[in-house]
Amino acid sequence: MNNTLIIGQYVPGDSIVHRLDPRTKITIIFFFVFIVFFANNVAGYSLLTVFALTCMLTSKVPIRFIIKGLTPVWFLIVFTFILHLFVTKEGTVILDFWIFEFYSGGVVQGFAISIRFFLLILVTSLLTLTTTPIEITDAIEDMLHPLKRFKFPVHELALMMSISLRFIPTLMQETDKISKAQASRGVDFRTGPIRERIKAIVPLLVPLFVSAFKRAEELAMAMEARGYQGGEGRSKLRELKIEKRDIFVLILFILVVAGLILARMYG
Amino acid sequence: MRKKIIEFRNVSFRYGDEGPWVLKNCSFEIYENEWVAIIGHNGSGKSTIAKLLNGLLFPQEGEIIIDGEVVNEESIWNIRKEVGMVFQNPDNQFVGATVQDDVAFGMENRGVPREEMKKRIIDTLAAVGMQDYRLTEPHRLSGGQKQRVAIASVLAIAPKVLILDEATAMLDPSGRQEIMQTVASIQGREKLSLITITHDLQEVAQADRVIVMNSGEIWKEQTPREVFSQKEALREIGLDVPFVAILAGELKQAGVAISTEPLNHKELLEDLWTLHSRT
Repeated sequence: MNNTLIIGQYVPGDSIVHRLDPRTKITIIFFFVFIVFFANNVAGYSLLTVFALTCMLTSKVPIRFIIKGLTPVWFLIVFTFILHLFVTKEGTVILDFWIFEFYSGGVVQGFAISIRFFLLILVTSLLTLTTTPIEITDAIEDMLHPLKRFKFPVHELALMMSISLRFIPTLMQETDKISKAQASRGVDFRTGPIRERIKAIVPLLVPLFVSAFKRAEELAMAMEARGYQGGEGRSKLRELKIEKRDIFVLILFILVVAGLILARMYG
Repeated sequence: MRKKIIEFRNVSFRYGDEGPWVLKNCSFEIYENEWVAIIGHNGSGKSTIAKLLNGLLFPQEGEIIIDGEVVNEESIWNIRKEVGMVFQNPDNQFVGATVQDDVAFGMENRGVPREEMKKRIIDTLAAVGMQDYRLTEPHRLSGGQKQRVAIASVLAIAPKVLILDEATAMLDPSGRQEIMQTVASIQGREKLSLITITHDLQEVAQADRVIVMNSGEIWKEQTPREVFSQKEALREIGLDVPFVAILAGELKQAGVAISTEPLNHKELLEDLWTLHSRT
């Protein structure tokens, strides 16, 4: 079994982007998603692009990981661009070809939407590339903390997330083992019509579910034996700390937002 | 007079109201600093004893007293502070995302302050020889290493009793040896009563006392040496007699004057090579 299995896409590193508090990163990305739709001119888009690319470069994540993150959406970006070319009927006609007329507005609109997509994907994948899943879980638990007042089970949710993350590799190893065991008994997962292949999944899923339930039961007992009694009165080993660099980056981001508003007003 | 840590008083237990009795009128005591092995074949009730000791189950009849406190719904949280438990499956008791998170889990549950936790993580991981793996994820560890982490996470809460419930059953021979060595070194160092539950006679050799279970009853309470000498009876209740004991028995029958009942290969060897000088 693959021993170098990495959950999510985390690329270990020691850059400032890696060391930022996960809450800072999530906050910035949350607002970035909004302001991307706020840009409406060249100055605005350039500002956002410069910001995103700076983040990318300072993270020192090898470019191939970022390209890998973008691969599934390339198609979407190109598709929206082409769609805008055909559908938008604004500006002047720049090309008349057979029954189609391409307008300048279509090109501009297509570019704008594609850039938006690109920036969104780039920034969000930077989060998962530079932050471990467990850090993200911690950040979410901390940020949802105010909801506790409304009886929202924040601690339980975070614990469920972290236990699921911890068991993903275990269950994957188990799946591998079961599929080999079933293959040795003659189950064919790889060839034949799609209907047959879907049917072949059943002898894989049933033992996997049975064992997952058994694991859950044993884990619950082990947790109880170790004194787990819910979120009350618990202390935490991992701590999140806002450092100077977090404040610095947040100020920088606020400046970017301000710049964007200026660009929209005067652009 | 040694201090009693655990006392079973006429304990009977069954799952549900209709089921057969899994434990029948069991009484025994375990003292401070003692290493007791509980052995029996599958279904002899040995694992039920472990769960009763930790308040995961409650007896229908009789009572269990741990460190002067009767085990019941109110006292279980105190009891679980005193009694730590390591289970059979290395994967299904690993809660944390990394080794240090897992060791911290028990302490977090008890609200131990962060600085104290960090110190104890380092100490207990060193005690089980896992100090180099503090930030490792569980799927990169072997079964034996995971069990050592499980022992460390129990030690971190400084219990008075450590129970290993078939903790070596799912490990390969080297993992087994790893755990038994770890346990022996910890028992020598710390003030801790140790209960190892097993169906493998080889693992009882180092214990001070052995409780042999058979179909829910205490069959024998003896030293390992006494237990090893009763090969026929052990086989009758479904336990595998270790090779050393079989060999020693055959040698005796063949007329070789072996002085003691050997517990391991080394003792038998010692006996054999000094045989000539003795006779």
